[in-house]
Formats: sequence, structure tokens, C-alpha cells
Amino acid sequence: MKITLGGVAAPGSSRLNKTGGWRVFYPEFLHIRCTDCGLCQKLCPEGCIFKADKKNFYADLEYCKGCGICAEECPVHDIEMRPEVR
Amino acid sequence: MDQVRKTVVLEGSRGVAEAVRLCRPNVIAAYPITPQTHIVENLSQMVADGLLKAENIRVESEHSAASAVLGASAAGARAYTATTSQGFLLMLEVLYNMAGLRLPVVLTAVNRGISAPLTIHNDIQDSLAARDTGFVQLYAEDNQEALDMHIQAFKIAEDHRVLLPVLIGMDGFILTHSFEPVSLPTQEEVDEFLPPYKPVFYLTPKAPLTMGTKTDPEFYTEARYMLHKAQQNARQVIVEVAQEFKEKFGRFSGDLIDTYLTEDAEIIFVSMGSLVSNLRAIAQELRQEGKKVGVLKIRAFRPFPFEEIVRAISGAKIVIVMEKDISLGATGVLAQEIRAAFYGKANVPRLSGFVVGLGGRDVTRETVLKGLRLAQESDHLCTFLDLNPELLEEV
Repeated sequence: MKITLGGVAAPGSSRLNKTGGWRVFYPEFLHIRCTDCGLCQKLCPEGCIFKADKKNFYADLEYCKGCGICAEECPVHDIEMRPEVR
Repeated sequence: MDQVRKTVVLEGSRGVAEAVRLCRPNVIAAYPITPQTHIVENLSQMVADGLLKAENIRVESEHSAASAVLGASAAGARAYTATTSQGFLLMLEVLYNMAGLRLPVVLTAVNRGISAPLTIHNDIQDSLAARDTGFVQLYAEDNQEALDMHIQAFKIAEDHRVLLPVLIGMDGFILTHSFEPVSLPTQEEVDEFLPPYKPVFYLTPKAPLTMGTKTDPEFYTEARYMLHKAQQNARQVIVEVAQEFKEKFGRFSGDLIDTYLTEDAEIIFVSMGSLVSNLRAIAQELRQEGKKVGVLKIRAFRPFPFEEIVRAISGAKIVIVMEKDISLGATGVLAQEIRAAFYGKANVPRLSGFVVGLGGRDVTRETVLKGLRLAQESDHLCTFLDLNPELLEEV
């Protein structure tokens, strides 16, 4: 990615900026009690939670900053934040 | 009025307003503040009378005025504002953004002292506070130069090698409120000299963009470097534009610097703004007495013309910097820069820095001659001339 004059960015260019490196904790989707409510996906500020299948959500860890909102808001505590080991 | 080139007697502020009108700005936003008021009063009258087709945005503060022209410029408009003193300081946060976003706004910085204590009178402490914003800074010596500089400023700012905002320093009251004969270019001439602004990027719903993105440490340094590079490019562009202006309008008052009788001068005064005219008159007088005195005018304060200055004054024995500003706790701002220009050079002249004319105090012939006498006796790092000890309270 090159810097444009004045740091101007075209739509969608935030995809080029992978923010996964900011993460200290990552969300572990337990897939035990999930009711398929989809709150985790709706509330993710990064928009990086996707649904692979019924009751099967996952976070794209290239972008997930580890904020923990999904784990906090999950009504059935089916997501846990785990320390990132590097 | 614009068909034939005319010489008319105009108030400095009116001259600036006429120059800005001839540059066909699309958007003007300003907040009135003494002694800038007449400039924007005149422009708003021109818009109301239909003489200037521009959007004149009324705002509630200078921060808003600066933000409005920033937004207008980001949308691809040619935008103009003017302010002074505290209003200028209120704009400061936005000024850094204008430069960083590479928006070629032109700003008249009418020069006035800053609070506290409150003063409405002239010195140049206000716009020098914007030293590191990324603005190109030009300082006008007289009303004709102020008028000409505005026409040049848009061209410098909008040049794709530069794309930076430009501020024109113009001494409050001394220039803005005095009447001088000025030659007004015709609209046709200005249109030929200054084509419409062609932005590289601009905001439009048809092709959305983000301006003012946040950057992480891996990009910020490069972005600032690009700004610094644009300032370096401005050196060449200021010289080219001054030359082109001379060819078109027949007037030249210097590019980055201007010199007066410096060729064989042993003593050279250095200054910016209207004070240069005082120094020219005194140099002329001293020449008649056989003293080899010259004057260097700093026309572009940013980018700072290090090499040009060294070339112009390294032949002198004594250099005397006279300036209406003080970097409190250090020295006069201009003296710092001139000293920096000479570091590591051969044939370094002796140098004295004097602070004069703060808050509108007149800089008289006697003031300058006293500075000359003191500088001949010994070097002064930073001495206030005309300081009245009777007024100083013992602490």
C-alpha cells in the first residue's frame, strides 16, 4: 500500500490495513451452547465475524483486534477470550 | 472596471480584496477581527453586489472559518480566508490539517500582536506561531506587493508539485489601513496567469474518498516526509511564479528573498514585512554618508531560503536582524533561522538580533540607528531596542 497525496484513501481500502496484530486476546468460539442468535456478528465493531454454517460463527483473525465485545455480549457465554500466544 | 489595467489609490485591505476577487475564489469563509475586518467586509460586499461569484460562508469563529475553507478546498473549490492574532491562533489546529491534507487554501494573515496583554496593534508574533504547520509563508512589504502576492499565492499553492496552503503575512494597520497607489491587473490578465484549480483528489458523492485517514507508525513518517518534500519543491515554484508574474505584469519584488544595495555592503539589515521599507530608507540615507549599508528582505519565511540568504549576505561584516517577534526564552525567530543558515559556512559575518516594534510600537529612524550603533560595538544575541526601564516594575 502506497501513501497517496494527503493520505487520501479510496473506499474499501481499510481491508488493506490488517489490524489483527493489535490483538492481545483472541475470541474462542466454543460451539457448545450457540443458539444461532447472531449477536456476536451484529455487534462486532470490526465487522470481521462471519457465519460458516448454522450455529457456526468464526472471527477473521487477520482483522479481529480482540476487543472482546462478542464474548461479553454472547447471551449463552459460548465465546471466551483467550490470551494470544506469539 | 477590469477591462483596462489601472493605477488606483486603495486602502491595503481593499487592494487585497480586489486581488482575491480577481482570483475567482469559489468559497470564502472568515470571521471579522481587527485589523483584518476591511478585507472580508470588502469581499462580502463584492459577493452581495454580484461582482464576485463565490459562496461567502458566515461562521461563528475562526476555527469554523478555517474548517469551512478546509472542507471547501477538499471538495475541489478554490478557497480563501483571512484572520489575525487571536483568531489566527484559534485557527491553528485546522491549519496543520490543511497542510497535511494538501489543500491549497490561501490565507491572509494580517499581522497583529498576541495576548496577553491584549493588543490590537502590529507585530508578527501571530503568524510565526504557524511556523511548523506546513503552510508556505510569504510576507509583504507594501500594499502593491500584498496585492501581487495573493495572485501568486493561489498559483504557488495549487501547483501540483506543492499543493500546500499559503499564508500571506501583511502588517496590520501599517499596510491594511493605509492608502497607497496600486496597479490593479485586469481580469483577463489574471485569468491567463491563474487557470482554474485542478485538484488531484476531491470529495464528491460520485466517487467517495476518505480524507484525513488515521495512520499507524509505519506510515506517519512517510506522510510527514512528503509534506517536507512539498515545502522543498515550493522553493523552485515560488521563484518560477515570481518570474512568470514579472513577465505578465511587469513587477518583481523578489522571490524567496529580495536585496537592496547588498552587493558591496559591509553592514546588512535583515527583516520581513513593512519594516523592510523603513530599512531601505535608512540604508539609502547612510549610503549618502558614504557608509556601505544594504538590506535583505526575507519574502518567503517557509520554505526558508537558507542558501539564498547565505549567498546574499555572507560578504558583509555585520548582519543586523530587526524583527517584530520574540521566541520567548530563546531569541527572535528570524535571528535563529539566519544563525542556523550560517552554521558550518565559511566567511560568517558578525550577527546581532534586535527585537523591535512589538505591539505596534513605532520603529523609528532613531531605533534603527541605535541598533546599528550597538551592533558595531558588540554582538547581540537578542536585545530589545527602545525598552523603557521606567516602566519596568522591580520584582
